[in-house]
Amino acid sequence: MNRFQANIHGWLLLLPAAVLLVAFTHFPAVATLWQSFFSTGKPNRPAVFVGLENYRTLIEDDVFWQSLWNNVWYAVGTIPVSIALALVMALAVNRGLRGRAFLRMAYFTPTVLPMIAVANIWLFFFTPQYGLLEQATGLFGLPSHNWLGSPSTALVCVIAVAVWKEAGFFMIFYLAALQQIPPVYAEAAAVEGAGRWYYFRRIVFPLLMPTTLFVLVNAVINSFRLVDHIFVMTRGGPDNASSLVLFYLYEVGFKFWDTAYAAALTMVLLAALASIAIAQFALLEKRTHYR
Amino acid sequence: MTPIARGAWTVEALVTAGAWLLAILWVLPLAYAVWTAFHPGEYSTRFALDAPLTLQNFRNAWAAAPFARYFANTVALVTLVLAVQLVLGTLAGYAFARYEFAGRDIAFWLVLVQLMITPDILIVENYDTMSRLGLVDTVPAIGLPYMASAFGIFLLRQTFKTVPRELEEAARVEGASGLQILWKVYVPLAKPVYVAWGLVSVSFQWNNFLWPLVITNSVESRPLTVGLQVFSSTDQGIDWSIICAATLLTAAPLLVAFLIFQRQFVQSFMRAGIR
Amino acid sequence: MSLKRSLNALVAAAALAVGAAHAQQTEISFYYPVAVGGPITKIIDGLAADFQKENPGIKVTPIYAGTYQETIVKALTAHKSGNPPVTSVLLSTDMFTLIDEDAVVAVSDLAKSAEDQAWLSGFYPAFMFNSQTGGKVWGVPFQRSTIVLYWNKEAFKEAGLDPNRPPATWSEMVEYAQKLTKRDASGNVTQWGVQVPSSGFPYWLFQGFTTQNGVELMNSAGTETFYDKPEVIDALQFWVDLSRKHRVMAPGVIEWGTTPRDFFERKTAMMWTTTGNLTNVRNNAKFDFGVAMLPANKRRGSPTGGGNFYVFKKSTPEQQQAALKFIRWITTPQRAAQWGIDTGYVAVTPAAWETPVMKKYVEGFPAAAVARDQLQHAVAELSTHENQRVTKALNDGLQAALTGAKPPAEAMRDAQREAERILRPFRR
Repeated sequence: MNRFQANIHGWLLLLPAAVLLVAFTHFPAVATLWQSFFSTGKPNRPAVFVGLENYRTLIEDDVFWQSLWNNVWYAVGTIPVSIALALVMALAVNRGLRGRAFLRMAYFTPTVLPMIAVANIWLFFFTPQYGLLEQATGLFGLPSHNWLGSPSTALVCVIAVAVWKEAGFFMIFYLAALQQIPPVYAEAAAVEGAGRWYYFRRIVFPLLMPTTLFVLVNAVINSFRLVDHIFVMTRGGPDNASSLVLFYLYEVGFKFWDTAYAAALTMVLLAALASIAIAQFALLEKRTHYR
Repeated sequence: MTPIARGAWTVEALVTAGAWLLAILWVLPLAYAVWTAFHPGEYSTRFALDAPLTLQNFRNAWAAAPFARYFANTVALVTLVLAVQLVLGTLAGYAFARYEFAGRDIAFWLVLVQLMITPDILIVENYDTMSRLGLVDTVPAIGLPYMASAFGIFLLRQTFKTVPRELEEAARVEGASGLQILWKVYVPLAKPVYVAWGLVSVSFQWNNFLWPLVITNSVESRPLTVGLQVFSSTDQGIDWSIICAATLLTAAPLLVAFLIFQRQFVQSFMRAGIR
Repeated sequence: MSLKRSLNALVAAAALAVGAAHAQQTEISFYYPVAVGGPITKIIDGLAADFQKENPGIKVTPIYAGTYQETIVKALTAHKSGNPPVTSVLLSTDMFTLIDEDAVVAVSDLAKSAEDQAWLSGFYPAFMFNSQTGGKVWGVPFQRSTIVLYWNKEAFKEAGLDPNRPPATWSEMVEYAQKLTKRDASGNVTQWGVQVPSSGFPYWLFQGFTTQNGVELMNSAGTETFYDKPEVIDALQFWVDLSRKHRVMAPGVIEWGTTPRDFFERKTAMMWTTTGNLTNVRNNAKFDFGVAMLPANKRRGSPTGGGNFYVFKKSTPEQQQAALKFIRWITTPQRAAQWGIDTGYVAVTPAAWETPVMKKYVEGFPAAAVARDQLQHAVAELSTHENQRVTKALNDGLQAALTGAKPPAEAMRDAQREAERILRPFRR
């Protein structure tokens, strides 16, 4: 095969995927940037070029800043906890404990139950007075608390549901990776008299590094993407205490119909994700070598 | 019993207890859904052992919304997306793994961009595109932004790269064309990857909500998730019994499939080397 | 052979005839928000079929679009892509939004005949506040509601109150609620006195308080809000005090969706919620309950709520006339009465309440008439240009005050400043 042919064939094979990617990822990303410099057109007020006006509004928009900060906390709250729990779950299932099938099924439920449906169930768990959480805390004589209705706890509840969702999903990846570690290592470690913790820290954990990175990338994206449950549980309330950037973007774009402002918001999300991506790819290059 | 053995035993007990505690916490929403769906409404907030069993909630849920239609839409969506993803991903992954073409590295980076900039974030602009294409409120419109999957392309590229060149050379000597080689040599070797990716893709599309919510208007195109939400948000307050029944109805296929295939899933992940 | 040929001809002729019939038929798509529980879709389907039977030339196709919020999203996106429904039931408060998007035609421009005009003036005036602006009628009241107070008669009895006498004033409501709030030995509340939900759309319930305090939240042109008037701040102070000072209502933001359930579970002895919940409460409350007008302060009062019919601009004149015909048909006294009985919404015309079927219903279930009687005190629901945004500003302020994040005066001043910023361009 000569060079010319390779070029043609390569691009032909790539073409269908490339067309879709350009149409629904690259083009919209660029178009959004372009749109963010215009005002939102209305029947009696056509869109005009406004330069950085939308971004200026953004800087002065308290709701945006609050959503952004909430999102940072949401990321900080979900990413480490869900990854750690996922690893613990995978280790437990991999151990061959009694009732392994049940454990595996239990950990896996978040993956099969749609978030939007489960959110209603979580709503019941967090309901004051007769909700499940309250029934449990009531047994210990703790005072009743309005979990979703207080700004101090609404975001925590939303984070808890996200952790529930994510940990179960990531567990699968860890489990698969764990099963790939040859048992010889464990035997060797035992012969050497190494403790369990030492074995995990020095052998298992490093071997799981690629999985951890893969899961991390997913967790980061999801911390910006996973807002389904907010629609049911809090609608961003009370007073935007649980509003996230993507949820606010939905409100601006599809409730307020301010597409230009929504475009500016989208750009913020894109910028955040892009900078994280660059940081992570740099890390990936350094730490792992894909085959 | 030596002190060390006793210590190990304690650790073991703690691990087991912890694992069970986590499992119980994790299965709680499902357990609650089962409890509430099978009992009359007044037991949705009370857990009494003598609560009577009933199937009425399922009947009510089934009658209250066109779940059969939502079901069909979701199945159509999931199948369509998966099929296109597999084909496009295979072709593109093959190109990246085995063809030296101009601009390959840049193209690969551009593909990877989608790993981060997921279609979920571009809802406003993609909505515009769909309405220009006249596709708003159709099942393909829900799927289109997801059909070229960077994740899948990346995964298959890595897998195809591990296939020994000799196998390809041998096939080439026998006169096979590029596509034939792909089909006869590469695809069979990547089977576990396809299964693993398929699982991720199906569970993602099955549970996807925000984009379908935005792009669909009618029963004819709405998937289960959006249907469920439309169905459970009423002005009159939440009726957990009927919501739980509906949740079980909609989650049952995936749940059953997982129970049946859980070993195979994990094993295919193992071989796929998603790690 | 000839038989076959003539058969073919017959089939062709039949096909032609069917085609012709189709050509004559005007199809009107009708977006309907299924935001109410129960078998509403079946009722709507039935109504559409009945209408078609009486008017063979018109085919009504109901499309169930979800909540009000979702329905307007669908309707507006469809409008922008050039294929809107012919008619839709949407929130009465969406009027300015729909006008600004140039999506709807004024019903008063369609209904030109004297007979039509008489029909349009036959609705309760309270429902028309939200249906007209600039001298034109844009929406036709259909499924409208107001806020009422539900009370648990058994709880009243236990607290030593007259079970048949609901609180008539703010101070009575506080007094009763104090008697009704039960605490266990360790001081935890087992039953609250009263509950006014504040999630999702707290502005609506807040309008109950402001109206009773003798103040309006916006002008009728929808270009100005009065969130920071002293009476508004006082009204909010009262709402906040219910939980903070008097300790008769759960603190924090109270979920709208679980409020009826809280009432059924006896976690609250009184609740404020929509009349649309009447059927739900009737079916699920395991105790004797009453329904009353909201208590008065300077006056009685409640905002109206619920949905109006709109007719969309991007449809043919024939479709618009057909839609008008359908809307007139569905709001005739007989049907409005039946609709009210089936759903719990307030029948929209005085004539509907005079029908025998309605009279009989009210006789057996007097609670149903409370909302009607309250209509004379009712005001327009908060509705302005850029409605969702202006409303969100208020909602955020209310939740901030209710959760204690801001004092009422500050919360309302912030909300007003935001509303002012949004509405300024509309006052030019």
